[in-house]
Amino acid sequence: MSGRIDARFKALKEEGRAGLVTFLCAGDPDIPTFETILAGLPQAGADLIEIGMPFSDPMADGPAIQAGNLRALKNGISVARTLEIVRRFRAADPATPIILMGYYNPIHHYGRHGFLDDAKEAGVDGLIIVDLPPEEDEELCLPALERGLNFIRLATPTTDAKRLPAVLANTSGFLYYVSLTGITGVKSAAAGEVGEAVARLRASTDLPIAVGFGIREPEQAAAIARHADAAVVGSALVSELASCLDEEGRPQPGLVEAVLGKVQALAQGVRGARRK
Amino acid sequence: MSKPNSLRTGPDEHGHFGIHGGRYVAETLMPLILELEEAWEAAKKDPSFKAELDHWLKDYVGRPSPLYLAERLTEQLGGAKVYFKRDELNHTGAHKINNCIGQILLAKRMGKTRIIAETGAGQHGVATATVCARLGLECIVYMGALDIERQQPNVFRMRLLGADVRAVHSGSRSLKDSMNEALRDWVTNVRDTFYLIGTVAGPHPYPVMVRDFQSIIGNEAREQILEKEGRLPDALVAAVGGGSNAIGLFHPFLDDGGVRLVAVEAAGDGVETGRHAAAMTAGTPGVLHGSRSYLMQDDDGQVLEAHSISAGLDYPGIGPEHSWLKDIGRMEVASATDREALDAFQLCSRLEGILPALEPSHALAHVTKLAPAMGKDKILIMNLCGRGDKDIFTVAKAMGVEI
Repeated sequence: MSGRIDARFKALKEEGRAGLVTFLCAGDPDIPTFETILAGLPQAGADLIEIGMPFSDPMADGPAIQAGNLRALKNGISVARTLEIVRRFRAADPATPIILMGYYNPIHHYGRHGFLDDAKEAGVDGLIIVDLPPEEDEELCLPALERGLNFIRLATPTTDAKRLPAVLANTSGFLYYVSLTGITGVKSAAAGEVGEAVARLRASTDLPIAVGFGIREPEQAAAIARHADAAVVGSALVSELASCLDEEGRPQPGLVEAVLGKVQALAQGVRGARRK
Repeated sequence: MSKPNSLRTGPDEHGHFGIHGGRYVAETLMPLILELEEAWEAAKKDPSFKAELDHWLKDYVGRPSPLYLAERLTEQLGGAKVYFKRDELNHTGAHKINNCIGQILLAKRMGKTRIIAETGAGQHGVATATVCARLGLECIVYMGALDIERQQPNVFRMRLLGADVRAVHSGSRSLKDSMNEALRDWVTNVRDTFYLIGTVAGPHPYPVMVRDFQSIIGNEAREQILEKEGRLPDALVAAVGGGSNAIGLFHPFLDDGGVRLVAVEAAGDGVETGRHAAAMTAGTPGVLHGSRSYLMQDDDGQVLEAHSISAGLDYPGIGPEHSWLKDIGRMEVASATDREALDAFQLCSRLEGILPALEPSHALAHVTKLAPAMGKDKILIMNLCGRGDKDIFTVAKAMGVEI
């Protein structure tokens, strides 16, 4: 493994706090604006960075991230360009973990082995591929592990005790608990239920647990941070970005500051929460 | 043919047909898909399930559907004898209801109370709404906004039947997008909801389950042709969008090497124009909606919009078993353009007194080329899988007629 993800969670543990994981779609709203935001994320308080790899048919995503995918595709993002963006980021920031999140088809089309080699070389640390369950581990998960890339799995409210061992089997880096059944960015999670679920997962794994889906405000992020090792925020950031576009979808002045400001506020929420 | 060499034993336990098929879904859905597979395996072995299914297919759907010799068409084409498998005579006017009855009976066995479905032409939506009405289940149908525009009669039918028809405005606003939206619903409402996929696409076990429910078409056709002609046919022809009517006809004949299987894709404005729905002719293997199969995609693996005058064929993918049958050379793939399908639609109406749906009109367009190239002693069966009443507005528009 590259070790950046493990090192970051170890550092967070030593600091006695949870981390903030941010999600934005690569190339949203356009490649230069995205790269400016990306470069500012660590300073604004993102402990780990998830970058969405845009796909024409994002089946697990709600309206905000669907729109982000389409904006980025319209403005020329591709798998190859996403990897170039990571390469440039990594040249300036050797420490912040980068996780690519997306759907399998663009990787399948790029060529899975070539993709893994190029991702590793660009400085990617982990992958979250929504439509690759443990049943299809031979496709990408096992080849990724061989190359030292973390393959991060999602556990959900439908992951029962019978299913959990399969989900955990080849997971590394951290476990991403999706706190809701549903698509991204629509409902909000109840912190109490999340706490119980995280406790249940901790009984089965020593991996750090990040919780996402439905976290929009600093207070919610703080509530999650009391239970989990990290809080993941995606749709709220993509929505913040979208609110700074004009009618033709062009970025208006202040967009970068607005998105990074939202990240700062969320980071303060997470950092202010005392771990239980 | 001995069992190990049979082509009818697929898929393997992970749902793979060669490199195609599989289970490419979000983790939230995995337990549901495994539960469905278990329920389906149990139902298949239960004689009471089969008895119940047979009862509904006979008394409600009106099966068996006739195998009909299209004499005037045969005469006009001057080649092989052309038979139509008349699945357009089923209740609701297409083959779709064969699968809907099966899956909804299964949903009831599983204790699910809410049925969701996607629809393109509206035939699967109508069949789903019909069976839900009869069996008293809540029914939500996702339909692309573009398809809603071009299939108004079916939208009204579904609403009359009590279904909640929801317009999908994302993406290309057609079949693939309504499938995305149905998956989003399912991932949100996991406990009480049954996703009734209308074609042989989706994650395992859908392709095999839908195939098994549709195989009644081929099983009947086989029995009927043996009765009428005393031998098996030389060729079977069917249109493919997702591929359910074709696999339903073909599957019982897979091990009969002398029977040619011809799948006809929608070529839209012509395959060379890029505006088509011919996934096997012009696509490459890809992963969409839960399985690997031929897919229309760009250089970056983004799914392309399909184009066809027929809403039921307007899908950029194809069922995994078809892709495998193409790969191993058991099934031939042809295509027909919008124009050719419209000509076939009118030909069939005038010669046989049958308005075919635009989907089987594509199959018929190919039959008009294939039959004359075969000897008069040859026999061909085409799946007339739907009736064309729903398409008269589209056809009139294409003919420049106002109605």
